[in-house]
Amino acid sequence: MYRHNIHHRVYKFPDLKTLLGKASPYRSGDELAGLCAGGYEERVAAQITLADVPLKNFLNEAVIPYEDDEITRLIIDDHDKAAFSHIGHLTVGELRDWLLSDETDCAILTTIAPGLTPEMVAAVSKLMRNQDLIAMANKCQVVTRFRNTIGLKGHFSTRLQPNHPTDDPRGVAASIIDGLLFGSGDAVIGINPATDSPAAVSSLLTLMDELRHRFDIPTQTCVLSHITTTLQLVNEGAPVDLCFQSIAGTEKANASFGVNLSLIEEAYQATLSLKRGTVGNNVMYFETGQGSALSANANFCVDQQTCEVRAYAVARKFNPLLVNTVVGFIGPEYLYDGKQIIRAALEDHFCGKLLGLPMGVDVCYTNHAEADQDDMDNLLTLLGVAGCNFVMGIPGSDDIMLNYQSTSFHDALYLRKVLGLKPAPEFEGWLIKQGIVDDKGYMLPVREHGLLKGF
Amino acid sequence: MKRNIPHEIEPLKALQEFTSARIAIGRVGTSIPLKQSLEFKLAHAHARDAVYSELNSGKLTNSLKHFEQPILHLHSQVTDRRQYLQRPDLGRKLNEASLNELNGYSIESDVAIMIVDGLSATAVNENTIGLLDALIPLLVADSLKLAPISLVEQGRVAIGDDIGYGLKAKLSLILIGERPGLSAADSLGAYLTYNPKPGLTDESRNCVSNIRPKGLTYKKAAKKIFYLINEAFKRKLSGVELKDNAGLIAEG
Repeated sequence: MYRHNIHHRVYKFPDLKTLLGKASPYRSGDELAGLCAGGYEERVAAQITLADVPLKNFLNEAVIPYEDDEITRLIIDDHDKAAFSHIGHLTVGELRDWLLSDETDCAILTTIAPGLTPEMVAAVSKLMRNQDLIAMANKCQVVTRFRNTIGLKGHFSTRLQPNHPTDDPRGVAASIIDGLLFGSGDAVIGINPATDSPAAVSSLLTLMDELRHRFDIPTQTCVLSHITTTLQLVNEGAPVDLCFQSIAGTEKANASFGVNLSLIEEAYQATLSLKRGTVGNNVMYFETGQGSALSANANFCVDQQTCEVRAYAVARKFNPLLVNTVVGFIGPEYLYDGKQIIRAALEDHFCGKLLGLPMGVDVCYTNHAEADQDDMDNLLTLLGVAGCNFVMGIPGSDDIMLNYQSTSFHDALYLRKVLGLKPAPEFEGWLIKQGIVDDKGYMLPVREHGLLKGF
Repeated sequence: MKRNIPHEIEPLKALQEFTSARIAIGRVGTSIPLKQSLEFKLAHAHARDAVYSELNSGKLTNSLKHFEQPILHLHSQVTDRRQYLQRPDLGRKLNEASLNELNGYSIESDVAIMIVDGLSATAVNENTIGLLDALIPLLVADSLKLAPISLVEQGRVAIGDDIGYGLKAKLSLILIGERPGLSAADSLGAYLTYNPKPGLTDESRNCVSNIRPKGLTYKKAAKKIFYLINEAFKRKLSGVELKDNAGLIAEG
């Protein structure tokens, strides 16, 4: 039982998961789940109470029982006690102040990361303002490698997302070429397929692999099919660079996606065995998003942000190249408006980075959310300041297959310009060599580029 | 004012033939040119207006008269659009007055048609009558008995389970406004559920999507829905299994 008095009113929270839910900044998904605070005062009372909870409590009180959930077991069994010993004497509130202190730098954060559990990280984020989330994420640097180097300070990458409603190869290729000529695609060229049939996925993989070879592009490609489809294609010898999967923070939610830890492990090992990376061996690409556990009716009365951070425990087990929180895709019943989407994105980015993940964000919204391009401009700029590893690059922000709006090729150019950021070094060298940008990073006029020939 | 027209996009224009994605739109500095920026804004405005559009009950009721069926006016438990967007659970249930209204009409029938605003009442206002003009004659010619037609405000797809069950219909057909996209804000969706009852989930439905003059035309949509209804009655089921067993359904 956790409690706090404000004036003569006593606020009681029967357990940690209730306390975490009530301490969460307001969002529609927690309201829908019946987990959020009844009012402003109760929310702050919960935050004050949470600040005094010792981090040690999180190791003794699981929000979802150890016996019932393999992700809880993963969190507890993989917990690094030596790393935890540096911070084990702190409360959640003391952790917040310790994280923000000037003495706590990137090297120290990297050392303690394996000692943090997702629930500790979710808890501390609930005590932070947006400014704290940005300042803290900016301190972390998570660098990953496959055919190029992603996440270096001063660099900012994009996933080129050339989706097409019927997977038409020429339609996909047209968007890829447009994107490359805008300097997009250093994180990955990644297609969401309209169909999950192995034959269709295989032909998209081959198309991208041929293009990459022909122009010697230092990047990686991916078709975001279900992990079982990718596994089958790896075994059949298709050109699979990265293995993709959507994941969530409870075993039951992952079951609704048709995955579990041993299946992911099998696909991870299979993809690793291909040894296709040239500068590194990070082969996994995960996507997440607040609200997925609730929408699968698998949240076990745990608030949506805590569920989200639990998904990062799954991600970090498999040394991913990319983790992408698709923040505004899920709709207004989980994140109602621009304010909630922005807050959630900054939380996810911070929590992932603190746990040692290469976080990117799909800065996005649907047409029934109270959000528009101005909100996305704000979020994109905030994430640039926070040191986000990558965002999406989609022609004119309009994904014609998934029917939502994300960031455009232009958006990434804007961010690089105003914040002085560069693409992944290997990719930047390629862009200069191809005459797409000059050595200062300015876009050169599109001439009859080689990429346009043979179309 | 002379616009600063980006002069360099010509070589890329040829790619536009292959996709409706917003490629080859040029740039001013690193920004999207104004014309393309305003085109995007207009498309989003249409989508936003569609989300907040309302069912034109008067006009729909008038137009439905020639089908010679009773018309029910029903409402979900949602009070306004803001709540509708945040509480899908309430949009799936009828309010008490509507439940009571159903009581007077529970005579066994084959097909109950429900017209639901969903996320785009615009889609419903513009496309329902055209679709029903093509579909209802097919049902009548097949001797299927129709239940009263329901007009439902602030509803989600699953509200058809309550209604179909209350009306004692063997199959419910929900015509509902789909989530507006930038390319179309007026897409109507048709969901059919065999043996509707409260508590069903999406696996037990079949969907025909993108019904509008520039998408799946009324005639084609009616044919497809009629085919599905026939199959559902033949197999006494709907949903995933119906889809799996019939390759024809995927054909436009």
